[in-house]
Amino acid sequence: MINSKVQIGLIAGALIALGIGLTLYKAISLDLPLVPGQYREVWTVESKTSFTPTRISNSSQAVIPVNIELKLPLDRAGWVILEEHFASSGFGFSILEQDDANVARWTRQTLDRPTTLYYKIQIYRASDNRTLPGLPVSVAQKPLLEPDQQAAMDRLLDRLQQQSSDIQSFVQLLLQEFLRDSPDQDTLFLLDSYEEDSFGVLMDVLAMADISAHQIRGIVLEDGRRRQTLSTLIEVHNGESWSIFDPATASAGLPDNFFIWQRGDGSVLNVVGGRDSRLEFALVSNSLPAKAVVGMEQHSDKFAILDFSIYTLPVEQQGIFKGLLLIPVAALVVVFMRLLIGVRTSGTFMPILIALAFIQTTLFIGLAIFLSLIGLGLWIRSYLSRLNLLLVARVATVIIMVILLMAALAVISYKLGIDQVLTVTFFPTVIVAWTIERMSILWEEEGGHEVLIQGGGSLLVAVMAYLVMSNHLVEHLTFNFPELTLSLLGVILLLGKYTGYRLSELYRFRDMGVR
Amino acid sequence: MLDSLMAKLVSPFELRDLGILGMNARNIGFIGRYNQRANYRLADDKLQTKSAALALGIPVPELYGTVEYQFQVKDILKTLGGRDSFVIKPAQGSGGKGILAISGRKGDHFIKSSGALIDEREVRRHCSNILAGLHSLGGRNDCAMIEALIDFDPVLKDYSFEGVPDIRVIVFRGVPVMAMMRCATHSSDGKANLHQGAVGVGIDIGSGQSICAVQQDRIVSRHPDTGIIFNQLTIPHWQQVLKLAASCASMAGLDYLGADIVLDRQSGPMLLELNARPGLAIQVANQMGLSHRLAAAAKIADLTDSQVEKISLARQQFSQLTVATGQLSMAIL
Repeated sequence: MINSKVQIGLIAGALIALGIGLTLYKAISLDLPLVPGQYREVWTVESKTSFTPTRISNSSQAVIPVNIELKLPLDRAGWVILEEHFASSGFGFSILEQDDANVARWTRQTLDRPTTLYYKIQIYRASDNRTLPGLPVSVAQKPLLEPDQQAAMDRLLDRLQQQSSDIQSFVQLLLQEFLRDSPDQDTLFLLDSYEEDSFGVLMDVLAMADISAHQIRGIVLEDGRRRQTLSTLIEVHNGESWSIFDPATASAGLPDNFFIWQRGDGSVLNVVGGRDSRLEFALVSNSLPAKAVVGMEQHSDKFAILDFSIYTLPVEQQGIFKGLLLIPVAALVVVFMRLLIGVRTSGTFMPILIALAFIQTTLFIGLAIFLSLIGLGLWIRSYLSRLNLLLVARVATVIIMVILLMAALAVISYKLGIDQVLTVTFFPTVIVAWTIERMSILWEEEGGHEVLIQGGGSLLVAVMAYLVMSNHLVEHLTFNFPELTLSLLGVILLLGKYTGYRLSELYRFRDMGVR
Repeated sequence: MLDSLMAKLVSPFELRDLGILGMNARNIGFIGRYNQRANYRLADDKLQTKSAALALGIPVPELYGTVEYQFQVKDILKTLGGRDSFVIKPAQGSGGKGILAISGRKGDHFIKSSGALIDEREVRRHCSNILAGLHSLGGRNDCAMIEALIDFDPVLKDYSFEGVPDIRVIVFRGVPVMAMMRCATHSSDGKANLHQGAVGVGIDIGSGQSICAVQQDRIVSRHPDTGIIFNQLTIPHWQQVLKLAASCASMAGLDYLGADIVLDRQSGPMLLELNARPGLAIQVANQMGLSHRLAAAAKIADLTDSQVEKISLARQQFSQLTVATGQLSMAIL
């Protein structure tokens, strides 16, 4: 007994010291601040270029050499690129400097299976200055059109020019025309007769109007997106300067969350020797203290410890770990509430799963959804218990019921215009079903009182876990100092040997020593 | 508000002085330390407990039959063989769950011990639920056992309402440490389970006399349904009860266990079931903490291996009542 106590003490002490030591080392010598100060939103953008190598027909062996060229972004419009990272195992890799942008080139003599190439950058907004540098104006090349197309084009231009006062308003009218549900006859005819998409039509109309324009391609930054594709904006010269329009909304100006990948026409990706090529982006945003951003810029090459940090993982996995690393904290909350406070819960770690769902739904909506799911579930379940079903079939029935209830909740609330309830899908179905089953049995055997105690206890622990997990400081510490998880483990080991009283027992034994 | 809440709490230092055993200390210091996991099965499975007890000559309620498979449920009447009173319970039930006690028949119907009438269909449904593991530890599939309804000692008649009272004795390393009679009430639905609202009456190890009664961890002086005052109670056959409890400990191979014993009118003390994780409410019913007792019991167990000596030392040392009754208990010895 003493022995095992000493062992636990030693192991826990070592773990706690190791976690705190590593954290302090990173904080002191790498300047990563422990307390979140002024935050910078750092985006990790990972481009995935996937393609299938082309085969020479009728021969499975002979393969064409593969040559992939990807245009790389520059620091533009207030965005600064912190880090670049290429993954190119088995490929020859080089960066070509061209006049307008750098190009990454992957080459390989033989390749026989579909492949994905990764290029990852971390970017942050360094200033609010969103102006782009000047660009020489090129004369618009007028397209060659069929006579009927030409006529439609002329009529459209005529009409728009009469309605507009300058180039700015002309472009906006044009974009609105294309966005309308029912564009007029001429626009419709142009859209139908063109082989290209509507964007090609737009560019041609602008060229016909002698307005020099080109496209800007980039990424709309949205946290957690895994398969984002490139979006396109139009940059138009109005005689004096360049201005930007978003064809999807017809609004002017560069959107705040738009990261420019390429400015000007021409392709972003060139694939030789491959087919079915796709370019997709995975995005994760992480709030980092301003100091840390600077520190990473300076230290990223020098310190091995950062090289083995979570930052080096692919972005998708980073996003997952961001959530996973919060679970130990929630586990600590459960251990604390049960062993030290003595809260009774239904299902030991069920509250963690509920808390994870709360993170997606936000607290109050989550509580409302959860309570209505359990309430409705218990109501239907009370009928099932009269049907006298075998246990496994009954729980399976409850699972299906829960799914139907979730669907019904989502549909009804969506029709009522309460979009937030759509997050109902984040609740773990099987856990909710088992909770209903347990509560129902508890109700039959021990009465509603016990259901309230255990259900309330579970919710209390879930809410506590949620509050801790959604705390900014906790998120900051777990993600940037994952070694603290070791310290957490040490604390949990120590709590596992706690033989003192629980808070609830101080109440339970209140009648002791009365006589 | 916080002040009034604090006033309702006991300070942890006071609890420690009283020697109250907390849940964490019980789990780590006694259940985890003294009870081998492999030996839990015997205590958790009432059928195994019963056959082990019979092999050692420990009296248990007679087993009428078992229902192990779903197809046997429809033949339940045949299994009952025309008996009027019986108890159906899950072999691996926990906390008194799933116990159906029938005290007689009226035409096609059965009379529950609470007096309610149920038909055969409901008895069958109860059996199916038991087989599906509804009442069992961890929801495992279980089997239903049908045994004799205890015709309990008339001395205890008014202490229990619509249910059989039993005596829980905590035995540590073969030494009886603390005891409590558990009396069914209306709110416990005839079950002798403190969680469900049964009354626990602390019983003096030395004399078998009542010490104090609690319901839902609060002290009470009268039975809420029958109105009888608890302080008159003396358990008959007390020495035999302690001996039975101590024998169970060696049979189960558990150093820290609770033995639940019933007093039958004809056969005297009988083992009902064993509990590898006995609860802590017994401390309130005895107005005494377990920690000091357990330490003293460990000393007794170190001193002697003889069961008789262990019991007599326990009766001497753990007697809580006045000197006069203490002498009385010596006289019984």
